[in-house]
This record gives sequence, C-alpha cells and structure tokens, in this order.
Amino acid sequence: MDDVGSVVAFWMLAVMTVGAAVMVVAVRNLIYAVLFLILSFIGVAGLYLTLSADFVAIAQILIYAGAVSVLILFAVLLTPRAARDNAETFLQVPGLVLAALVGVTIGAIALVTDWNEAARGAFPETAGAIGEALLDKYVLPFEIASVILLVAMIGAIVLVRED
Amino acid sequence: MIFLAEWWDLRDLGNPVGKLLELLGDHGPDWLPYVVSAMVGSITIVVFLLVSLLAFAWVERRLLGRIQGRLGPNRVGPWGVFQSIADAIKFVTKEAITSRNVDRWMFWSAPVLVAVPVLVVFAVLPFGEGMVLADLNVGVLFVIAVGSVTAIPIFMAGWSSNNKFSLLGAMREVAMLISYELPQVLALLGVVVFAGTMRMSGIVGWQDEHNTWLIFLQPLAVLIYLIAGTVEINRTPTDIAEAESEIVAGYHTEYSGIKFGMFWLTEYFAGFAITAIIATVYLGGWTLWGLEEWVPGWIIFLAKLYGLFWLFIWMRGTLPRLRIDQLMGFAWKFLLPVALINIFVAGLEVLIWRENDLAAEVVLPGFAIANLVLAGVLIVVWGRFLGRARPSWRPARARLVKELGAVIYGQES
Repeated sequence: MDDVGSVVAFWMLAVMTVGAAVMVVAVRNLIYAVLFLILSFIGVAGLYLTLSADFVAIAQILIYAGAVSVLILFAVLLTPRAARDNAETFLQVPGLVLAALVGVTIGAIALVTDWNEAARGAFPETAGAIGEALLDKYVLPFEIASVILLVAMIGAIVLVRED
Repeated sequence: MIFLAEWWDLRDLGNPVGKLLELLGDHGPDWLPYVVSAMVGSITIVVFLLVSLLAFAWVERRLLGRIQGRLGPNRVGPWGVFQSIADAIKFVTKEAITSRNVDRWMFWSAPVLVAVPVLVVFAVLPFGEGMVLADLNVGVLFVIAVGSVTAIPIFMAGWSSNNKFSLLGAMREVAMLISYELPQVLALLGVVVFAGTMRMSGIVGWQDEHNTWLIFLQPLAVLIYLIAGTVEINRTPTDIAEAESEIVAGYHTEYSGIKFGMFWLTEYFAGFAITAIIATVYLGGWTLWGLEEWVPGWIIFLAKLYGLFWLFIWMRGTLPRLRIDQLMGFAWKFLLPVALINIFVAGLEVLIWRENDLAAEVVLPGFAIANLVLAGVLIVVWGRFLGRARPSWRPARARLVKELGAVIYGQES
C-alpha cells in the first residue's frame, strides 16, 4: 500500500463492495438485492486483485458472480411474490442478533490483530502454488470436499427424479 | 522481426506504440505510460471489433444468401457493401421504445452491461507477439470467468421486460450457459494440461516451441469447444434463447432501436471472442510455422479468426435449430462425459511424457494420432450408446418445465 494507484483502487473497490452490500439489505425488490450482491462479489474480487491474489480473484468471479448468483436468481424467480416487497419477514429479530454477533466478532478481530505490514516485493504467481498445495499437502481435505460435492449432486438428482 | 523494427513500419503495430510510450515515460510522470497504453489497447480493440462487425454483418448475409440460393443484400453500394452502414444508421435513428410496465432501471442498464464481458475477454487475447492488453497469468481462467458473467445482463433484460417471452428466453439462455460452461471448461483444461500454463501468450509460445497446434493434440476438445462456443454466442443451430418460431425474439423481444442494436452487436462481438479464443488456444495464435517472420503476427491471427467466423456462418446456414431438451441433453449426456474422458487421457499422456523424459518430437505425433483415434472412437461409441439408452417409449411431445429447461416425459398421448 505504498503507491497512490493501489490506495485509490482500494478505496474505490471498498466503497463499491460495502455500498453494494448495504444496498442488498436496503432495497425492497429482491431481484435488485441479488444484482447488488453480484456487484459486491465483483468488488471483493477486485480487492483480491489489489492483494495480488490473482487466482482467488478470478475464482471469486467465476464461482460467486458467475455461478452462485445465477443460482440465487433462479431461486428468487421460482419463489412466489419474489419481486415484491419482502419487508414483512418474521426473521427480523434473529437476523439482527446474528448481524450484531458477526459485527462484534469482526470488530474484535480487527482490534486484536497486530496489523504489521511485511516488507515485500512483487508477488509470485499463485495459481501453480495453490494447485501444488491442493494436490500435495492438502490432498485429503480436497478429496473429501469433492466427495461431499459429488454426494450433494447425486442427492439432488435423486430428489428431483420422478418415476 | 528485426528488420521491421522501425517505429514508422506499420507492419508491426507494436513499434510506434512502444516508441510513443518510451517518449511519454521519458518526459512525463511515471503513471502516464500505463494509462496511455491501456487507452491505446482498449481503443484498438473496440475499433477492431466495430470494423470487423461492419464487414461481417455484410459478409454473413451475402454468404447466407449464397447458401440459401438467393442474392442477399445487393442494393446499397456495389454488391451491397454499404448495407451494414445503412443498418447501423437505422439502429441509431429508430425509436428505442420503453414499454410502460417494464422495470426501467434494469431495462436500460441491461443493453449497456451486456457488451462489457465480451469486450473484456479481448484484453487477455494476444493479437501478436507482445500485442496484448493484459497478459494475465490466469488468462484461460479469466476467459471462462468472464464468459460465465454474461448470463446476468441477459437475465436482467429478460426479467425487466415484463414479458413472458422475454423471461422464457432469458431462462433458456441462462440454463444453456450454465450447462455448456462445464464442457467448455473441460475442453480448455486439456490445453492447460499440455501447455502447463494458463497464460494465453504462454500457450501460443508452447505451440510455437513444439511446432504444433493444439488442435492436433486435442481434436476432441476443439470440437467440444466449438459446439459449446456456438451455444454461448447463441447462433442459429443453438439459438433457442431467441428462437423466433417459438418465443418471438427471446430476451430482447421488448427492445428496439439502439437498445436492440446493443444485443445484436454483442452477439457478433461474442462470436469474434469465441473465434479469437479458438484461434489463440488451438490454432497457434499469431504463429504460422515461421511465416510470422515475414508477415506481421496480427495479420495471421486475424486471418485465422475470420476463417473461423466463416465456419460459424457456414454452420448457421446449413444446420437446423435444435430443441431445448435436445440441446440440454446433448450437453449433459454426451459432451460432459466425453470431455471428462478426454481430459483424463490428456493428463495421462502428459504424465507419461514428463515422467519418462521422452523427446517431444517422438511423443507428440504419437499423442496426436492416439487422440485422433480416441476422438473418433469416443464419438461413435458414445453416440451409439446414447442411441441405445434412449427410452423405447419416447413421448409424442416432450413437455418443458418452464423453470429449468428440463424435460418431463409425460404419458403417452
């Protein structure tokens, strides 16, 4: 964070991410909320880029902005009264409690953490290193995750199968 | 290209730009060369796309006319060459109607946003050696990620129009994009396995170094990518999202004037993007076995790109439109398993090659022949298998579930 460019980029992306996230909660139209959520996802991808995490940034766009958001869009569309007012929810109190807990946790971590900035040069490419780590050191969690996904997929197929 | 190294020599477009950037770096602040190079690159890409669009909007209609035994546009200028300019003027001057019950914000922003992902793809594609706006080290992944975002503006257009045909078209488009993303990714993965890099210029460099094109090593992947790409750009054999015989005009039913023009233009741009990706990844990009020493690389690249676009036009002129259930079934039951087998074999081959330290000249031709045979066998066998697995009680009419494009086989009627 020494040169002007990355500072400007950080603040623009931060405003975009947080602003879009606030709008997700504030707008009444559920489709608009999903679209702002996508904008927020893209902002987070940009923040990853400023941290030189190229692979994670692209994966964020691919998975969150490209796949998860489309899934949410479908879910919203297939829900009755989706596009109309969604203010009358009975989950307001639990939602507020959960939000407060998350806020307190993040705040506490931000206060406790020792924010030293390590001296560093240019970052190396991350894609290869991530691949090696996934298939070498962390191969067991990786495989378990893929088996869980496979089970979920087969379960989904079994659920919607009709005969 | 040493003898082309003068700045005024336009055969290598990089030279004058490079000189300009050097000049700016010497006399201006540090950030100026970056800003200027980004601007020059972006403007070049947009100009290239618009000129190609004007040319190919006409070429396509003439060629389709020839295929269909008629003349095509031939009134505006000699052989009708100014037809696309007349079309452009019509698009701009026509009234862009906004219906009363549309969702205004989304209705207006969708045609603007729809062009963004397609334009961004060109940033990572090298037009020549060093002629690339952003040579990302995750270029292949970037192309896929940006391609996956294209569903959102189309969805916005379909939903905001407040028209059932628009919504149906958008649903179909999104379902298609999601289904065909998988075979597309798997087809590109085969390339990454061989080249060992996701950088676009690195892939071209690998093909140049080994004096081969990846189309020979991955024939099946090229075919899969071509089909998936046709689906993604929504051209006629697979244009079920705007099938005029079924759902008026799909997601852009309510759009007119320049707003419709943006969708139309994006479709062409996406076509150029897909052809450019195939040309870069499978056909060696700017290289042509030594010819790039004599001809500038960008001309070779453009020749490949336009040649591939002719192929798309040819496909459009000769193949009938598919039904949505056929298209989705093809992605999941044919392309996906075949692509998985292909990627498995590719990984195995590279493993054999790397582990035994074999010479590339010996190994690669062997792989090419083996993969060609594999492609033929897989296509024939899997096609037969699918034909066998088809239910004998095929329904008289497949009913569509309007949500996801899935097929419910109803009772015999």
